[in-house]
Amino acid sequence: MKDSGAGSIGRRNMLFGAGALGSGLLLSACTSNSTDDGADQAGVTADRPAAGSAGTPGKHVTIGFSAPAADHGWMAAITKNAKAQAGRYTDVSFQAAEGTNDVNAQISAVQTLIDRKVDVLVVLPFDGKALTSIGAQAMDADIPVVNLDRVFDNSLAYRTWIGGDNYGMGVNAGQYIVRTLKAKGVGKPVIAEIAGIDNLDLTKQRSQGFKDALAKAGFSVSIRQAAQFTADSGQQVMSNVLQARSKLDAVWNHDDDQGIGVEAAVKQAGRSEFFMVGGAGSKHAMQQIKADSGVLKATVVYPSSMSASAITLARLIGQGKGVGDLVEQEVPTSITLFSATVTKDNVDQYLPTSFT
Amino acid sequence: MSDRTTPRPAQDPGAPGADTGPGAAVTALPGTPPPVKARPGALRGAAAGPALRRLLPLAQVHSLGLLVVLVLLGVVGTTTSGNFLTGDNIVTILTGAAVIGVITVGQTFVIIGGGIDLSVGAIVAVASVWCTTVATQSHGLAGMLFTAVVVGAAVGLLNGLLIAYGRIVAFITTLAMMASARGVAERISDRQSQVVTVDSFNRIATDKFLGIPLLVYLMAAIVVLGWLLLNRTTFGRRTFAVGGNPEAARLAGIAVRRHTVLLYLLSGVCCGVAAVMLTARTTSGASNLGNLYELDSIAAVIIGGTLLAGGRGSLVGSILGVLVFTTITNIFVLNNLTTDIQEIAKGLIIIAAVLLQRFQGARSPA
Repeated sequence: MKDSGAGSIGRRNMLFGAGALGSGLLLSACTSNSTDDGADQAGVTADRPAAGSAGTPGKHVTIGFSAPAADHGWMAAITKNAKAQAGRYTDVSFQAAEGTNDVNAQISAVQTLIDRKVDVLVVLPFDGKALTSIGAQAMDADIPVVNLDRVFDNSLAYRTWIGGDNYGMGVNAGQYIVRTLKAKGVGKPVIAEIAGIDNLDLTKQRSQGFKDALAKAGFSVSIRQAAQFTADSGQQVMSNVLQARSKLDAVWNHDDDQGIGVEAAVKQAGRSEFFMVGGAGSKHAMQQIKADSGVLKATVVYPSSMSASAITLARLIGQGKGVGDLVEQEVPTSITLFSATVTKDNVDQYLPTSFT
Repeated sequence: MSDRTTPRPAQDPGAPGADTGPGAAVTALPGTPPPVKARPGALRGAAAGPALRRLLPLAQVHSLGLLVVLVLLGVVGTTTSGNFLTGDNIVTILTGAAVIGVITVGQTFVIIGGGIDLSVGAIVAVASVWCTTVATQSHGLAGMLFTAVVVGAAVGLLNGLLIAYGRIVAFITTLAMMASARGVAERISDRQSQVVTVDSFNRIATDKFLGIPLLVYLMAAIVVLGWLLLNRTTFGRRTFAVGGNPEAARLAGIAVRRHTVLLYLLSGVCCGVAAVMLTARTTSGASNLGNLYELDSIAAVIIGGTLLAGGRGSLVGSILGVLVFTTITNIFVLNNLTTDIQEIAKGLIIIAAVLLQRFQGARSPA
C-alpha cells in the first residue's frame, strides 16, 4: 500500500483539496434565492384592510398556530400568510409551533400551546381525525379553536371551521371545461384528468366533483391517472398519458405544483391540440395563464390565503366580535371558501393571492 | 438469491482475480498501464479459467431472463393498446427511463462494491434545488451544470468518507444523508418550486437528434462508460473484489477504504447528472423531486441480478431492470388502470420477474 511515492499522493490530495475548496466557495455563493418575491407575498394581505368594526384595535389576543410541515408550495404559503396577517395587527401576538407531519409531534405541539395559555388556537391538523381529541381538550380549557381546512372529526373540537371546497374545485374545473368545449362545438370530447395523491380524501372529492360536473353535460373522463403532487411525477404521468391518447380536447390537472411537470411533458411532446385547467392557484400557473402562450388556460383556486382569514377570525373570536358587514354578533361556526376559476380575464385580480 | 441456481463460492467472480497472484499486479498499479493488461492474463491462467467461463454465462443468463420479461411486457402492451408499439411511445419509455437509469448506474457500482446508497433521491433533490436558485441561474447554463454535478459529487464524497473512514454502516450513513440532504434542499428552496428560466438548460430535455431526445443519448453514454469502467478496468475489478470480500481485497493490496470513497463519489456524480436531466425534464427544481428514487434504483439493481450483499452483479441487468419498471408504468397508463391495480400488479410483476430469472438460471448453465 505504501507503493506510490508519498509526494505524488500529497500533491494529488492537495490539488483535490484545493479544487474542492474552490468549488465549495463558488457554490456557497449560489444558495441565494432572494428576488422581489417578498414584496409580492406581503401583498397577499397588505391591500386588504379588515372591514368594518372588526378592523379597529381591541383587546390584546395571543394566537397559537400549528400546521403540518411546509413541504410544498401551498403549505408553505399557509404558514407564511398566517404569520404575515398576524403581523398586521398591533393587538395580536403570534406563537407558531414547529410544523410537522408526525401526528404525535403535532399533538404535543398543540398541547404546549394550550399549556402556554394562548387565547385562541388556529390548527391545520396533518390528519383531522387524529387531532380531534387535542382540539376538544383545548376547547375544554376554554381556548377557542379555529380549525383550518382539514376538518376535525367532531364539531365539539372546534369553535369555527374555515377551509377550502375540494368538491367545488372539481365542479368548477368541470364546468369551465364544459363551457369551453361547448363554445368550441366539440361533440364527443376526449378529457384527461391528472389527479393528485390518490389515497387522499381530498383527491377523491375533487375527482367526484369533476365527474359530476362533466356528467351534467353528458361528458365523461376518458383517462384518469394519479401523480404525487410533485413536478417529476406529473411529468412522468403526463408523458405517458400523451402516448395513451393521441388526441385530447381538455385536461384537468389537480395541482399546480405537479402542473409544472405536466406542462413540461406537454411541451416536450410538442402537443398543443388541447387546453388545460390547473388547480390550487400557484403564481407560476397564473403567470402562464396571463401570458396565454401554452396549453394552460385556467386554474381553479384552493386559496392559500385561508390561513390569513383564519387569523382574522381567531382575533375576532378572541375579542368577542362578529365578522364585519355580517349582521351576526358572533363569528360563524363554519366557513367554506369559494374555489374561483381564474382565467386570462380575471387573472390580475387573483395574482396577488397566488402562492409561489 | 442466485446462490442456489449457481452453486459456487460467493467470492468467485471478483475476488479470484485479486487472489490469484495479486501481489505484483495490484501493488504496481497506480499510474502504470501494463499491469492492467497483465491482469486479464492472470485471470485466464491457472485456477481462474473455469471461474471466468462460469462468470460470463451468469451475467448473460440474468440479462436473458429480464429480456424475456421485457418481451412478455411488450406482447402484453401491444395486445392491450394500439398505441404501445409506436416509435413515439418507445421513445417515451426510453426517456422516462433516462433519469433513473443514470442513478442506477451509480447504485450498481455501490451495491456491487458491498454498500448501498439510500440517499440518491435526496442528492437529486438537493442538486436540483441548488442549481436552480436565482443566484445559480444568473450564471446561466454552465453555472447550473457545474453546480448540480459538484453538489452531487460533494454529497457522495461525504457519504464515502463517513462510511470508509468514519466506519459508519453504509445503510445508516446514507439513511442519515437522505434526511439531511433533503432538509438542505428544503432550506435552500424554502420548499417552493424553483422554475428554470434559462432556456438553454430546458432544451436539454426538449432537444432531439434523429428523433430521439438528448436525454436518451446521455443515459446511453453513461451506461456505456459505466459498463467499460466496471468490466474493462482495474477499477471495476477492484469493485467486485471489495464487494465480494473486503478483507481478502485488503490483503491483496487494494486500498479498500479509498475505493469505497470513490464508489460513493461516483454515485454522487451520477445523481448530479440525473438532477440536471430531471430538472430540465420538469423545468423546475424542488425539494420533493426524486422522492423514493432510492427504492426504484435499488429494485432495478436487484431484479437486474446484482447480489444485494455485493461482489457480483451486472450493469446491463440493472438497466434492463429500469426498462422493465418504466415499461410497466407505461402499459398501466396506456390502459388507464387505477392506482390500486397498478400497485398490486407492479408487486406481482417484480416477483414474477425474479422467479423467471431463477428458473432460467437453473436450466441454462451447464
